[in-house]
Amino acid sequence: MADLGPLVPRNRAAHPVAYDPDYKTSVPRSPKWALLSMESTPSEETGPRFGHSLLGEWDNNLIMNYTKGKAAAVGERVLMHGRVLDEFGRPVPHTLVEIWQANAGGRYRHIKDTYLAPLDPNFGGCGRTITDENGYYEFLTIRPGAYPWPNRGNDWRPMHIHISVFGHSFGQRLITQMYFEGDPLIDHCPIAATIKSRSQLDRLVAPLDMSKSRPLDFLAYKFDIVLRGRRQTMFENKLEGM
Amino acid sequence: MVQSLDTLIETPSQTAGPYVHIGCIPSFAGNPGIYPEDLGKSPLNGTPEGEVITITGSIFDGTGWALRDAMFESWQADAAGKFAGQEGADPAVTGYCRFAADKDSGEFTLTTVKPGAVASRGGAMQAPHISLWIVARGINIGLQTRIYFDDEDNADDPLLARIEQTPRAQSLIAKKTADRQYRFDIRLQGDNETVFLDI
Repeated sequence: MADLGPLVPRNRAAHPVAYDPDYKTSVPRSPKWALLSMESTPSEETGPRFGHSLLGEWDNNLIMNYTKGKAAAVGERVLMHGRVLDEFGRPVPHTLVEIWQANAGGRYRHIKDTYLAPLDPNFGGCGRTITDENGYYEFLTIRPGAYPWPNRGNDWRPMHIHISVFGHSFGQRLITQMYFEGDPLIDHCPIAATIKSRSQLDRLVAPLDMSKSRPLDFLAYKFDIVLRGRRQTMFENKLEGM
Repeated sequence: MVQSLDTLIETPSQTAGPYVHIGCIPSFAGNPGIYPEDLGKSPLNGTPEGEVITITGSIFDGTGWALRDAMFESWQADAAGKFAGQEGADPAVTGYCRFAADKDSGEFTLTTVKPGAVASRGGAMQAPHISLWIVARGINIGLQTRIYFDDEDNADDPLLARIEQTPRAQSLIAKKTADRQYRFDIRLQGDNETVFLDI
């Protein structure tokens, strides 16, 4: 098997800090000691692959998937679409993308969510798809509601969709959240604020994309995702100094 | 001024939150039936070559409380040290598993095949290990670590050898408790904090 080279080391400054007192649960859950940094090995460079046979007919349609096409979920209809790329701008094809979210009222279908807003009998809140050969993916869903959560005295999550991406290497594994352009709650959110670089946080805010919005049907939001790349050079497999 | 780089920056992580199971393990969230089966329910797909083992453990926060909402993913080689997709890999080993801490006790269980040694770039052999990725509410970027085994020869493992405070390497080594049974506890903070990786 050709050696595609080691994974590019993570730029930790591009990511949220582990410890942030404004996000209270991070206080007892953030490691105190420094991470052990090392060049990737096959254990991180390989990873699970998932084929299209995994997918069901409705998997990337959260409006219809909970009822298997029988009834639509309540909410503003939204197309979430974008590309998965690596740090070198190369598309990441055939990779699994999973999402989960609250319903239009801001309630999750989870045994531990007891928020006042009611469940929607036609909304499950999860979906999945596999990127095409050019790294594109799309989901049809509803705009999730904002909701309050116990943290500081009065904290609310902005509207957001959770996203999990695999890439082709276990070391590329990423879970993040997509926010919506113009949501004033983003600037009040202590979870969004764990990302200290404003330009990096902006990359989680999906712009309204009228070019992909379908008249009389849905609005579109574009969300591209960049995963770690692999550093292949003509010197890669030679010992240092040789 | 200099030329501009045309590389991109990795998308920042955000916490998986308390409801990660909705998207990743729907039956755990109380929503079975969305998919025919939860993804990565087992790293085995039949009876593998080698020894099938069970690893049990908990993940503790800085106060010593076991997390009830953590989710784990594991990735590993088969008993011969080959990863799924590589030539000659055991077809009964997918190598990937997704599992959750129990919502009442906080314990997790991973039943899998004991992996073989895997070479690193340059040829140095790595002792048998399982890669582990941990996400949860309050964890802002997934934590990488590894599970090694106390009944294997770990003396020459290049990663363990990088740990300056050698007693800390013990945090990555599962302890055998019975035939084919191991214990692996993870500590996010405090005494015996687990070594987490940037790899």
